[in-house]
Amino acid sequence: MFDGYTLGELGSILAMQGFAGLTLFSVFVLMALGLAIIFGQMGVINMAHGEFMILGAYVTYVVSTVFADFMPALFGSYFFLAMALAFVTAGALGALVEWAMIRHLYHRPLDTLLATWGLSLIMQQVFRSVFGAREVGVTLPDWLMGSFQLTDLIEVPINGLFVMALTFLIALGVYLILFRSRWGNQSRAVVQNRAMAGAVGIDTGRMDRMTFALGCGIAGVAGSAFTMIGSTGPTAGQLYIVDTFLVVVFGGAQSLLGTIASAFVISQSQSTMEFFLSGSMAKVLTLLTVVVILMLRPQGLFSLKLRR
Amino acid sequence: MNAAQSTAASRSFWLGFALLAGLILLVFPVLLDSFRLNLVGRYLTYAFVAVGLVLCWGYGGILSLGQGVFFGLGGYCLAMFLKLESSTPEATAIQSTPGIPDFMDWNQITALPWFWEPFNYLPVALIAVLVVPAVFAYVIGVAMFKRRVSGVYFAIITQAIAAIMTILIIGQQGYTGGINGITDLRTLLGWDIRSESAKTILYFVNAVLLLGALVLARWILTSKLGRILVAMRGKEDRVRFSGYSVANFKIFIFCVAAAMSGVGGAMFTLQFGFMSPSFVGIVPSIEMVIFAAVGGRLSILGAVYGALIVNWAKSALSEAFPELWLFAMGALFIAVVMAFPNGLAGLYSVYVAPIFPRIRAWAQRTRGMAPSATSASAPPLAEPEVSNAR
Repeated sequence: MFDGYTLGELGSILAMQGFAGLTLFSVFVLMALGLAIIFGQMGVINMAHGEFMILGAYVTYVVSTVFADFMPALFGSYFFLAMALAFVTAGALGALVEWAMIRHLYHRPLDTLLATWGLSLIMQQVFRSVFGAREVGVTLPDWLMGSFQLTDLIEVPINGLFVMALTFLIALGVYLILFRSRWGNQSRAVVQNRAMAGAVGIDTGRMDRMTFALGCGIAGVAGSAFTMIGSTGPTAGQLYIVDTFLVVVFGGAQSLLGTIASAFVISQSQSTMEFFLSGSMAKVLTLLTVVVILMLRPQGLFSLKLRR
Repeated sequence: MNAAQSTAASRSFWLGFALLAGLILLVFPVLLDSFRLNLVGRYLTYAFVAVGLVLCWGYGGILSLGQGVFFGLGGYCLAMFLKLESSTPEATAIQSTPGIPDFMDWNQITALPWFWEPFNYLPVALIAVLVVPAVFAYVIGVAMFKRRVSGVYFAIITQAIAAIMTILIIGQQGYTGGINGITDLRTLLGWDIRSESAKTILYFVNAVLLLGALVLARWILTSKLGRILVAMRGKEDRVRFSGYSVANFKIFIFCVAAAMSGVGGAMFTLQFGFMSPSFVGIVPSIEMVIFAAVGGRLSILGAVYGALIVNWAKSALSEAFPELWLFAMGALFIAVVMAFPNGLAGLYSVYVAPIFPRIRAWAQRTRGMAPSATSASAPPLAEPEVSNAR
């Protein structure tokens, strides 16, 4: 399979595929971060997570259209407002869903899975009714277009770089919120020992709602970032949900670092193999490897040693 | 449960069983035209999967989101035989390589792949319908249950397997027929399965097999094994500490469910003359779970009704209001989980079943007789322990 490539070319291919992998990595991390909070921390399976992401993407699309129509002068900066709105919208819907549905089902994880699947079907159909079945794309501001020419063979698209920087910032933000803020402390306390957390005066019900909303909000931001590198359709969320769950489980559900590491491994192996095999076989091999590893090591790559 | 209750439960199961048998063997064939009957036949093939899910999810506590894989495997096993039968060298003379299935020829494959060879023989194919899904389930089960993977992790991994299987089948179209699946199946040992009479006969074969599957499931559940399954679902550790190998029981029931799904898939192939990856993936697999959930995850009879009703609603709604169907389906998922977790069977046991003893008591009173103690107590549902299930 390496016939006809010189060593230099192979190096460039690896670098380019590596970069494509990094972009995929960013998307995985963005999606998985929200899920790692909801599933890893709270133990809730949210099958509608992909739809929350798509919600963020559609919010971005709407904001960009509004800017293009009414405020063309400010078009270069629409993305930041869109991201904030995506976070708020998805987070608010998340809080609503938690209040209406999830909180009744905390003791029945399998039922949560089915109920949120139903939610995802409804959200998909809402998207389809409102925005149409066809995929929509967002016009990028000028400063995100184009690419850097590193060498003759390697060029790096700017929007990819932007998404990566964004991912880094969001991951850092999640880390700070969860591990360095008072709120994060309380949230983790509720997860680890609900009764005790309640006993020291933490409103556990409210904590659950906020944590769930935060996870959904991050999914919304992920969707917003997603529009930078791809178009959005009503069913796009479903395409990613299995991958994302595997990323979270593979990394060890409770560990944020594990989630990031496993997103890196999965995205890199998939995009590198994609160049040499067909896309579908690359995906099959990657997923299969992950599933086999999970069968051998069910607790995932990084697992917290907990006494239960 | 004491002996009197268990005979009452048994009586009410067999009564329900007889009703169901009457419905699908007599009422449907008499009332429905051949097109509708064919549709019902299709729903009944999904009922195999739903019954299997009641066994492994409702009783075993194992939620598999990959039952479509087994349905597909069973269907493909038979479809491969039927395809080879219709791909005689004479029938495929225009191909560049006569004697192989047409889609292989389109994909520049010049010889029959090795794993297609055994499917030249009907007995092999029929055995494979049962064995291939069961063996696949066995491999998954051993890998997962021996390591005590269960609950949501198992659900996610089976879902990933369903995704992998779909991508694989679609990607390898030279060997599997790709996204169209294996199509254009006409005859079974020379018997034209597309004729009206054949379709009717196949409907009855399907119905009888389904009733057989129900009897088998009932037998498993009333045996000691069924008791252990229920115990496991309640308190797995206690069963383990009592000396039972929990993993083996789980593997067994998972394999049974897989084999049942395989039979359903094979019957689908026979009745509709094709099999495609659209029955394998994530979405169909999770829809099959909802059949079991709507019917009642603890009732094998309910599962059949669940499959019938959900699919009937799906065809009716998606014909009339295609937009509404996903809303209805989504609402169904949420409602069945939040409002009536035991599905139709649960509703039946709460609202309908208590009527019968009252009627009987009333009838006896009007005849001037005191109601006996046994008939006044409410007969339990067909299956035990419905009320406190999760």
